[in-house]
Amino acid sequence: MALSNILETPAAGFNFDNVVRNAALEGLLEEQPPKPLKTGTTIAGLIFKDGVVLGADTRATSSEVVADKMCAKIHYIAPNIYCCGAGTAADTEKTTELLSSNLTIFSLNSGRNPRMVMAVNILQDMLYRYHGNIGANLILGGVDCTGNHLYTVGPWGSVNKVPYLAMGSGDLAALGILEDRFKHDLELEEAKELVRAAIHAGIMCDLGSGNNIDICVITRKGVDYIRPYQESAYKDTRKIKYKYRPGTTPVLTQKVVPLKLEVVQETVQQMDTA
Amino acid sequence: MEKRCLDSQVKGVSTGTTILAAVFDGGVVIGSDSRASIGGEYVSSKTINKVIQVHDRIFCCMAGSLADAQAVIKAAKFHLSFHSVQMESPPLVIAAASVLKELCYKNKEELQAGFMTAGWDRKKGPQVYVVSLGGMLISQPVTIGGSGSTYIYGYVDAKYKPNMSKDECLQFATNALALAMGRDNVSGGVAHLVVITETGVEHVVVPGDKLPKFHDE
Repeated sequence: MALSNILETPAAGFNFDNVVRNAALEGLLEEQPPKPLKTGTTIAGLIFKDGVVLGADTRATSSEVVADKMCAKIHYIAPNIYCCGAGTAADTEKTTELLSSNLTIFSLNSGRNPRMVMAVNILQDMLYRYHGNIGANLILGGVDCTGNHLYTVGPWGSVNKVPYLAMGSGDLAALGILEDRFKHDLELEEAKELVRAAIHAGIMCDLGSGNNIDICVITRKGVDYIRPYQESAYKDTRKIKYKYRPGTTPVLTQKVVPLKLEVVQETVQQMDTA
Repeated sequence: MEKRCLDSQVKGVSTGTTILAAVFDGGVVIGSDSRASIGGEYVSSKTINKVIQVHDRIFCCMAGSLADAQAVIKAAKFHLSFHSVQMESPPLVIAAASVLKELCYKNKEELQAGFMTAGWDRKKGPQVYVVSLGGMLISQPVTIGGSGSTYIYGYVDAKYKPNMSKDECLQFATNALALAMGRDNVSGGVAHLVVITETGVEHVVVPGDKLPKFHDE
């Protein structure tokens, strides 16, 4: 336990402090408490013969506007573990960063590579403590000394170990493709193609998912993060340039006022260079 | 995900389920279905494991909110293992059930999880305990739980006999689970059964298409 967290480890058992705080806040606020913005997403993962393939779309939306056309939804956790996140973008980002830091510290302290189960347990403990208020639906995939693993962690802290998976607003479409074509021990190219097809279905059938497809392949030998694996067929070409040469705007008048600076105080500190 | 859990009482993934445990001559059988749902309308997992091993000869079945149940079982495993190290002997089944009961009772406002504990120990042999939602702990020779259990009370009352043989008890459990899964929409998938005796633990998994069929199927 001491190896994985540099911050104070919370007291053993359940901690429901935030429930009390939330109830108090809800009482104070007259109207409905604010809802966090969700980003539509399609993420998927599957275990193949030599490892794990994770895939995600790259659209981040803010209500009906596409805020980011090339957002990275596959996050680095450890050299052998990557995580796709769906749900509230800020939550998935910060949760995965926190997990990654804790695992790095553990690796350095113990001299061992982290195992998937450890990442899953840390995530489960953290998300459970916040009772679904951290809106992070995560797919964790990785290869460690015990084999290839794929886990899903829900926002309330439930964990499930599965051979293939899809999450996000486009999950039903992606799951349809996966349910139809998934087989155990696929080859690398088949696995990549299946994940691509699943995310593609999510992009076509869900308004919140779109743009490009990222793929991340994790095997014993290493990680291949292909970004983008497939570019959107609907890229537009800009009709005019938005960059202007210096001198485009004519200068009518110019006034230069030099700033006078005076030295008020000077201190000298000797440096110890022993 | 949120759009799917508006109607349900349970927040997040629920194990709306059928679980059962029964004592036979020389051991216990504990079993469950394998479906996890969100909001009673979306099956989030067809193959979830609801029968968890908390010690060498003690297993637990969970019902209710999956997140709460998994968290409680994690804490229980730790407490039980620590207790076992302190006592320098394998824990009694009642100890495991009590650990779960303490956690469920002390946190009853926040938790939505119920458990069934079954196992074998040297003192009392095979036993089955039930910890309900509010933290009540009782011991019974045969017990059923979860949303699907309502459909099989009649079957269990009529068919359970004390001191059955292992095979009879396994057949009884498989039939009961099959009947419940046939009528309850939030129970389904495969039937996970575990047989615990003094000599060891045996896992039996009956896939959906190999479950016993009854007259109208």
